[in-house]
Amino acid sequence: MDRRIFGLETEFGLNYVPSDGRRLTPEDAARHLFRPVVAWGRSSNVFLNNGSRLYLDVGSHPEYATAECDQLLQLIAHDRAGETVMLDLVEQAEEQLLEEGHEGRLFLFKNNVDSAGNSYGCHENYLIPRKVEFKRLADMLIPFLVTRQLLCGAGHLVQVEDETKFVFSQRADHMWEGVSSATTRSRPIINTRDEPHADAEYHRRLHVIVGDSSMSETTQLLKIGATDLVLRLIESGEIYHDLRLENPIRSIRSISHEFTGQTVVRLMSGDEPTALQLQWKILELVKGFVARHGAHHDQVDRVLELWERVLVAVESQNFSLIDKDIDWAIKHKLITGYAAKNNLSLDSHRIAQLNLTYHDIDPTRGLFHLLRRRGLASSVLDPQAIADAVENPPATTRAAVRSKFIRAARETGRRYSTDWVHMKYEEGEGGVVLCKDPFATTNSAVDELIEMMRRPV
Amino acid sequence: MTQENFSARRENQAQPVETEQVQVNTTGTSAGVDDLLDEIDSVLESNAEEFVRGFIQKGGQ
Repeated sequence: MDRRIFGLETEFGLNYVPSDGRRLTPEDAARHLFRPVVAWGRSSNVFLNNGSRLYLDVGSHPEYATAECDQLLQLIAHDRAGETVMLDLVEQAEEQLLEEGHEGRLFLFKNNVDSAGNSYGCHENYLIPRKVEFKRLADMLIPFLVTRQLLCGAGHLVQVEDETKFVFSQRADHMWEGVSSATTRSRPIINTRDEPHADAEYHRRLHVIVGDSSMSETTQLLKIGATDLVLRLIESGEIYHDLRLENPIRSIRSISHEFTGQTVVRLMSGDEPTALQLQWKILELVKGFVARHGAHHDQVDRVLELWERVLVAVESQNFSLIDKDIDWAIKHKLITGYAAKNNLSLDSHRIAQLNLTYHDIDPTRGLFHLLRRRGLASSVLDPQAIADAVENPPATTRAAVRSKFIRAARETGRRYSTDWVHMKYEEGEGGVVLCKDPFATTNSAVDELIEMMRRPV
Repeated sequence: MTQENFSARRENQAQPVETEQVQVNTTGTSAGVDDLLDEIDSVLESNAEEFVRGFIQKGGQ
């Protein structure tokens, strides 16, 4: 697809640290965090003015789902806007807690695992044409996703055979299947939940749940940009070498744990390339495809340059090529530098704390943000783009319709409800409009509902 | 709290979240590295073990 709808869903880890010794359960902390949301929308599951969805998900995780986006930088801005929204809630919750006599700080982590090994996700959604055969798509996409952690893992510390090691991915050890419909009990790389939130005759939603959350905007650009390019190649129907893996789950773990990219991956064909060789192969295929068909947006060259640079860095083990751009490399430099200077081993509590605090979304104390302020981590967005995304929907998708509807309902004080496709006005004669086209930025039937709201009931 | 949104901040303050990116060349010099490590130590919660152990969630998706 030349134009594709993208969305990112990010679950945040939440922790309340009391200064007065009085703890809060995660449920209590989440309830306090969402109090302003409930007051605003009478629910802990709301759609905001910018078209996004904000809610408490399974396990009391605050979650932000971006509105429908159709451009990479726009998507990254909307994902970052979610952090701004969350920080705003943190500030209000801390004040409220203080008024109730609880002195402490709330931490939100954009990561994928807690200290007990519970995992929560960053889910990527890609609109794909219904006519693409799903099995073929999964066969071609899974080898890419299993090795993609080299490009965009968040970096993590895990214990492998009694030794604490720095690994590529947070999520790799929590995946159990290639493709399935489960999300919590048995997590697949690709989830088959087929809710296209669009005309199901033409579209399908590809739900990728294997990825690590990205702190770095540059890493996010590569993660989504490269996946979109691989999808284009698959959608084109062009035939390429069979890269199906014999055991994707075993491979995803061993690749994560072997920090050189030299893990041997057994293919169903019997071939045994390394993870790096597999990535080089896919990059070469994608570059050939782009050379034949042209770049479909203005960030393609940047994505390809980054992709190649990461593979060179892993191959040569010269991480300085990417240690401002890719989360695992930024974190690796931070942790190894700190450990060396302070004579700490990787299994020390202080290092575990660095590994966690890298993901703290607070702009002053979060370590990723501290490094960014010092020019040690790159950005791709103008901060103003994030501020705009907090207030405004992507102008080029259905999110614009939803935003207009929500704003009108709130301005007029009318009762309404909405989800990804329905806009419902619940007063007077009322009405509900089904918006099946995620690319349509206007809808005359929704405009009529808005007119109705503005008339006396 | 307003009708339009639930933000306490957006109306009366500019975005404090995105501060300007200050380009400080701290790599290469040991003074720069020390300065960075000092800043890291200044923002971390003091009890590392308790801080990390206390972060337990229920599993998500």
